[in-house]
Amino acid sequence: MDFELSDDQRLLKDSVDKLIGTAYDDLGKRARAQAEPDGFSADLWTKYAELGLLSLPFSEEEGGFGGGTVETMIVMEAIGRGLAIEPFFASIILGGNLIRLGADAAIRQELIPGIADGSQRLAFAHTERQARYNLHDIGTHARKTANGYTLEGDKSVVLHGDSATKLIVSARTSGKRTDRDGITLFLVDPATAGVSRRGVATQDGQRAAAVSLASVQLPASAVLGEADRGADLIDSVSAIAIAALCAEAVGAMSALHELTLEYLKTRKQFGVTIGSFQVLQHRAVDMFTALEQARSMEYFAAMMATAENPRERQAAMSGAKIQINNSARFIGQSAIQMHGGIGITMAYRSGHYFKRLTMIESAFGDTDHHMRLLDQAGGLLEAA
Amino acid sequence: MDLRYTPEEIAFREEMRRFFREKIPAEIRAKGEAGHHPSKEDMVTAQRIMNAHGLAVPNWPVEWGGKDWTPMQRYIYTEELMSNHVPGALPFNVAMVGPVIAHFGTPEQKAHYLPRCANIDDWWCQGFSEPGAGSDLASLKTRAVRDGDDYVINGQKTWTTLAQYADWIFVLARTNPEARKPQEGISFILVDMKTPGITVRPIQLVDGGHEVNEVFFDDVRVPVANLIGTENRGWDCAKFLLANERSGIARVGASKANVRRVRELARTVPAGDGSVWDSETFRYKVNSVEIDLKALEITQLRVIANERARGGMPDPASSILKIKGSEIQQRITELALELAGPFALPYHDMEEEIGDGANDLPDGFDWADTVAPTYFNNRKVTIYGGSNEIQRNIIAKMVLGF
Repeated sequence: MDFELSDDQRLLKDSVDKLIGTAYDDLGKRARAQAEPDGFSADLWTKYAELGLLSLPFSEEEGGFGGGTVETMIVMEAIGRGLAIEPFFASIILGGNLIRLGADAAIRQELIPGIADGSQRLAFAHTERQARYNLHDIGTHARKTANGYTLEGDKSVVLHGDSATKLIVSARTSGKRTDRDGITLFLVDPATAGVSRRGVATQDGQRAAAVSLASVQLPASAVLGEADRGADLIDSVSAIAIAALCAEAVGAMSALHELTLEYLKTRKQFGVTIGSFQVLQHRAVDMFTALEQARSMEYFAAMMATAENPRERQAAMSGAKIQINNSARFIGQSAIQMHGGIGITMAYRSGHYFKRLTMIESAFGDTDHHMRLLDQAGGLLEAA
Repeated sequence: MDLRYTPEEIAFREEMRRFFREKIPAEIRAKGEAGHHPSKEDMVTAQRIMNAHGLAVPNWPVEWGGKDWTPMQRYIYTEELMSNHVPGALPFNVAMVGPVIAHFGTPEQKAHYLPRCANIDDWWCQGFSEPGAGSDLASLKTRAVRDGDDYVINGQKTWTTLAQYADWIFVLARTNPEARKPQEGISFILVDMKTPGITVRPIQLVDGGHEVNEVFFDDVRVPVANLIGTENRGWDCAKFLLANERSGIARVGASKANVRRVRELARTVPAGDGSVWDSETFRYKVNSVEIDLKALEITQLRVIANERARGGMPDPASSILKIKGSEIQQRITELALELAGPFALPYHDMEEEIGDGANDLPDGFDWADTVAPTYFNNRKVTIYGGSNEIQRNIIAKMVLGF
């Protein structure tokens, strides 16, 4: 059992902590990044590329960083701590892994260099209005034509879909709306006739889009992976995504906990620091416990995200997401309460961490959803 | 003991319900139902209509426009107001400065301020908290120095709700820095917001809105006639006001309306082959909060019934109402957030003009865009009005005898 980072991993952590820590050390910088046309700092995105972060999931043979789930965890924790708003999760974790696991040689040659240098940004257009958290509930359909496919449907809350240069769209090529089989992934240029996007800001300072597909004509070469077998790809990448979100949440929670401790030790009322009140000390301890439990499940998630056995993988990812959700809500709410009024002002970091953690809670499934999946998977303890 | 409403109380509820539904414009009530904040105009309109019907200040002394209602009637009035999503009279006017002036003011002060207060001819805001004086309000530093027939005020107030709309501010200021205990050197002074030297700076909250402000006082000259009660005895006014603030704060009627809305909406949110309402887990959570709400309602009625016996003096048990009421409010915002699911993510600027079905670009559900801001904003309810930690201290000391 080894919880230590390797030298290379330590190096990665130091450089990404420094990059993001400096870029986001005050909220003014974050606000300026948000005001840029795409909703994030173009300059910082270039710096991510220079550090090799944008090629993180691709193998060294393909010119990538060769990073796995631990490297992803390291980068996502830094993003969480920094409140960074670049589309790393959307483009690299979701898009990059979908390409890595599903794309043929032609698409890889076309896209990977651009992904790595930041010129190509991907967005996964998957969620639909009726689907809630069910990853296989797809109403958008793709009808076979002489030359390829015609896509018809609507996608919701596509992360950073407004500025993406390529969309990866899930559509049904056969079967009923909630069947696992019959889902196909398509690589779509947003400039294609029939594709329209409505960008929105998000509660946590980022961007998303609603995407409409009206008789979008695609060549057969647009298929990512195997037709009708898209669910395998979606499930694999969702597991990686959940592990990544767990890490981002732990980064945010640890920063929020530190801020809260500092506040308790410096804020004076009634002639003493409020941290001298036992009630608040105990709550800070409970926050610490929740943080450490979350951290443990963050590690568990990183380890299990690529597990071979689908049932074990599902149980692990659902268990981890639930722990992270519970810790995030408790730490977020407690931090705000203990900061008093300033906890919910724009001017302090605490409120921004709280908003991001709240949005992470519902990303890729809320607690109720994962409790059901965990239950279906038979729980978390190994057989005696 | 009989927990049923009497026929008179039922008839009274009908009367109040009819008034709120027929006399308060439907657009204003619809806004409230959709979770949007009422505009300044909405609030003024609603209060003036209520005042025209003698229903803006029922808790005031009868000679100043109050009603000789039983505690139950006052409770039913508040319930119906909230259940029908009526903005309600401005609390700083009718629940705070009004009762203080009615209780501690001179006949001239009452005659001048109270009618204007009831009719919201003057919009009041509260100058209590300071950056260094939150829970420890008595440590406030804003200073009022006597100079001839005036006080000169210097200092800074914070968390001043809607100061950007206010005509007047009631201020707790230190008139005797040498007092033995900090509470014994504070005065309650009324200040015209147009007085030279006052600056209002908005504080943006994480939900994007600007409901609170900092208010700076720079050599602000105020007539001594604006002092309420006795110099250096302002803490008596403050305690009186804060206890009043506390008992109105359980918001049972508002919570009932909000949980009712969650129930209705849950049936419309698709999940699997049905709706979120098909989830036993979700129903369990809704039912749990309804139990707490029912218990709170009856606790509130018991506190109200006890009021007569206490001669109208505030009851420390009202701290329970504040603690429980605020926690329930928050739990309901959590349920709404869970209900919206992935569609709570998109953000629309709350301060843009809200029209009818105004979420012109709904990605998901029309109502989902206010759900997360409401959740974030409502973290304040366990902090304001005396934080829940302070409320627990009050109960521990004054009820349980620690």
